[in-house]
Amino acid sequence: MNRPASSQLQEFLSGARDTLPLLLGALPFGLIYGAVAATSGLSMTAAVAMSALVFAGASQFIAVGLVAAQTPVAIIVLTTFIVNLRHMLYSATLLPYLKNLPQKWRIPLAFWLTDETFAVTVHRFQKDDSSAFKHWHQLGSSIAMYLNWQFWCFLGLVLGSRIPDAQGWGLDVAMPVTFIGMIIPFVKTIPVAVCVLTAGAASLLTQAMPYKLWIVVSAFAGIAAGLMAQRIINDRKGALLR
Amino acid sequence: MTANEGWMIAGMMAVTFGIRYFLFALADRIRMAPWIEGALKFIPPAVLTAITLPAVLLPKGDWQVSLSNPYLVSAIAATAAGILTRNLLATIAIGLAAFFAYRFLF
Repeated sequence: MNRPASSQLQEFLSGARDTLPLLLGALPFGLIYGAVAATSGLSMTAAVAMSALVFAGASQFIAVGLVAAQTPVAIIVLTTFIVNLRHMLYSATLLPYLKNLPQKWRIPLAFWLTDETFAVTVHRFQKDDSSAFKHWHQLGSSIAMYLNWQFWCFLGLVLGSRIPDAQGWGLDVAMPVTFIGMIIPFVKTIPVAVCVLTAGAASLLTQAMPYKLWIVVSAFAGIAAGLMAQRIINDRKGALLR
Repeated sequence: MTANEGWMIAGMMAVTFGIRYFLFALADRIRMAPWIEGALKFIPPAVLTAITLPAVLLPKGDWQVSLSNPYLVSAIAATAAGILTRNLLATIAIGLAAFFAYRFLF
């Protein structure tokens, strides 16, 4: 893809376009969130407000499950915190690219930072062309994800209270399937492959940890393993050169 | 909306936005050590894999490592499609189609 002299609008549109496949992935996930929320005992207003104001699929999904189990609010907020801690890793990755933007850009881009937009936009930022408007790409992706999510959640809410069995359809499969599609483009080098295998193994071994803490713990295990693999490979290259 | 729901959403919103914005807010005052910058590229695949693998192998919270697990079947289909096509839309579409075909057939 060659984009010389990209304007803001072109970046914005290509951000939205690059996100299209992920909108399909979020479709069933939004529907199932709505359906689960509709039967969890949460009010319609609260379920809509959660999508609009929190905007974090996995933690919304977990939260409505906890509401149905009548979990105290403090535990729900704590679980949300731990499940979403991974977003701090994402913002660390984007930091070098966004640090020169004014706060009026950083605030909305932070609010809309999801797994999907991050995965799409990090590829755009890492391309070494000189476009000064790459943050417009992220904005386009963010707004596409946001509108799509609100729509399918709302539809799920409306349908979910009418179709009592919607939870049993297995629509939650959309999440792993979408994430597999997002992981594959990153796995291009041996250190990244080592990182992925380690993070995966760690996530299976740490399932007993409470509040989904294993997500962040396993991610760190994968990152450490990737760094080590890279160091070993670089040392070997150095030895060959000597 | 009850007061309890209001507190829950306000709390969830505050922690989620706080996590996403914290580093952005301080962006101009943070200087990263070179090895940390080198570690950044491992973050996306590490986090995404740590979420995905348990969702496939323990879809309802307990182990289901067999081909009677539709989540595993569709994950295998999606992985194969992803490696062969290198196309995100095809990966997601084939993964979802495999799931519902399997559900329908068995």
